[in-house]
Amino acid sequence: MDYYDIFINVLSSTVRLSIPLIFTALAGLFSERAGIFDIGLEGKMLGSAFAAACVAYLTGSAWLGLGAGVVCSVALSLVHGFASITNRGNQIVSGVAINFFIAGITIVLGQAWFGQGGRTPQLAPEARFAPIILPGADAVHDIPIIGPLYASVISGNNILTYLAFLAVPFSWWVLYRTRFGLRLRAVGENPGAVDTAGISVSWLRYRAVMCAGILCGFSGTYLAIAQSAAFIKDMSAGKGYIALAALVFAKWKPVPVMFACLLFGFLDALANFMQGKQVPLVGEVPVQVFQALPYILTCILLAGFIGVAIPPKAGGVPYTKER
Amino acid sequence: MSTASVPLPNWINYGLIPLLNLVVAFLISGFVVWLIGESPLAALSLLIEGAFGSGEGIGFTLYYATSFIFTGLSVAVAIHAGLFNIGSEGQAYIGGLGCALVALALDHYVPWYVTMPIAIVGAGIFGAAWAFIPAFLQAKRGSHIVITTIMFNYIAAALMVYLLVHVLIVPGKMAPETRTFLEGGQLPKLGWLMSIFGAKLGAAPFNVSFIIALLAAWFVWILIWRTKLGFEMRTLGVSSTAAAYAGIPYARIVIIAMLISGALAGMMALNPVMGSSARLQVEFVGGAGFVGIAVSLMGRNHPLGIIFSAILFGTLYQGGDWISFEMPNITREMILVIQGLVILFAGALEYMFRPAMVHIYQQLKRA
Repeated sequence: MDYYDIFINVLSSTVRLSIPLIFTALAGLFSERAGIFDIGLEGKMLGSAFAAACVAYLTGSAWLGLGAGVVCSVALSLVHGFASITNRGNQIVSGVAINFFIAGITIVLGQAWFGQGGRTPQLAPEARFAPIILPGADAVHDIPIIGPLYASVISGNNILTYLAFLAVPFSWWVLYRTRFGLRLRAVGENPGAVDTAGISVSWLRYRAVMCAGILCGFSGTYLAIAQSAAFIKDMSAGKGYIALAALVFAKWKPVPVMFACLLFGFLDALANFMQGKQVPLVGEVPVQVFQALPYILTCILLAGFIGVAIPPKAGGVPYTKER
Repeated sequence: MSTASVPLPNWINYGLIPLLNLVVAFLISGFVVWLIGESPLAALSLLIEGAFGSGEGIGFTLYYATSFIFTGLSVAVAIHAGLFNIGSEGQAYIGGLGCALVALALDHYVPWYVTMPIAIVGAGIFGAAWAFIPAFLQAKRGSHIVITTIMFNYIAAALMVYLLVHVLIVPGKMAPETRTFLEGGQLPKLGWLMSIFGAKLGAAPFNVSFIIALLAAWFVWILIWRTKLGFEMRTLGVSSTAAAYAGIPYARIVIIAMLISGALAGMMALNPVMGSSARLQVEFVGGAGFVGIAVSLMGRNHPLGIIFSAILFGTLYQGGDWISFEMPNITREMILVIQGLVILFAGALEYMFRPAMVHIYQQLKRA
């Protein structure tokens, strides 16, 4: 295998591994920009993966699976909203609770319903999102450099992949070019001002967490019925936290979020690729180095060594009207 | 007037409301059990039977509770200083390294009662060291401690897997774990304590670290409510601006509170590493750091409350094992469901019933 083939290989798995991160990090973006911390991204992702796999298996339809994933994730968002917006509870605690609950209930229900140790049964091909071959992919395959790039990286992904990359400019447009986005960002910085302007802080924040729920639903669905062909227990495996790291790494901005997710996806792809391989001068690099790198990078960023990451000012603080 | 500011007597605040939250969490768990097609009442009686039906069951319950007391105290100390330490899991994991290194170095030469104090210090120092960087970043660079401690949990996991697979592994063995400690590195079981109450410990790994955990709880009580440092921590926890106004050094208190928190989390490793398996294994913490969050919330961040709620969670863990053994339809992960619900209702929704309670209380007082 020559170096270009390896490059294409790593690049295409980078794309695959980044998609759930992009959806989830954008979800966190909406929530945190409105002042609601969301540690529960991991749980929402896992819950929607389970719901999507169950419904796709029972109905045989990938689209119904997606719908179920989104509904499940939005429901969890509403629980988070009820606890942290209506009841002014601790947002971190609520997120932790959701993660625990989902980690348990997916396995308990999966085992009770399907009896395969918490897995869902293998999905039929039509119950999944299949790869889409873009026009001309076969024709250009033999053209050097561009051909393989188009055929193996740009073409041949499923529809959710393309949606993820569309979700980035769309999120940017919503947050920076619509009235809703302006108010959403305002409520994360200064809810008091938004309240004074006669706009409901609670309703705005509820809508923000619902946006987060929808996006998390896409990421979970991607995991279960696009990337894999079944729900496997604990299949989100910390990706929700990586997405959170990417969100911080991108300083809470949509386009940098995409690049941060691609970077973390690339590290993941590289870790898979480097397993058992020798690097000149260094020898074998332990896979754990790549696994820890996103977290280490984020901490270094947070320490202010590569620019300063300033979170939304009102993040994590419940809004009390009568103060 | 807002209902949030109406004072309620302590027995409602610290007794009735947590109990009500707990009951709701259990009712929903029961609903899940019913949804699966099993009887919630049968599950509950199996839970109690499994946790308290035999000496061995009680031994396991208290063994789990020991770990949860340490991590619960760890979370509570940080909360009193206004810090939400999600990193107890990673700190306990690294603490295990400190504890294991001491045991590996000394078990050939000295008996356990010499090894133990040094291992406590080792575990504490390693745990505290792992908490130091997030604490420093919070205190000096303003990085959010919740985010950094989450990151440090994952870094700890990667580091420990690396060490166990590449460095500490016994040559020629496949399992990523250290060698088994000799008797000088093992903590004795508390069979004699159980036999006072006429119960047999059996195979349960209930050990001396339970006593250390109780001492740690007593120490935390002294620290928080009887020392100047504790007062400063609590002031900071209530209002950092008021603390700054009173001349309390923010950075110093944050770092000290996190060091104590990390040390307590690290000491949790004594129980599984030296008290039970007598070797360092991958993922020996098994989520006890996160359970600490629930334990601390449920126990209202008070050492005595933490001891009781740690026993409650120990009961859930041991009883949950028993349920999954007797009712194969219900897997062990049911514990996570209950735990999540307890955290949700006792933590995030702790004030949900308060307005109703205030209303009822005022009605009763008028009558």
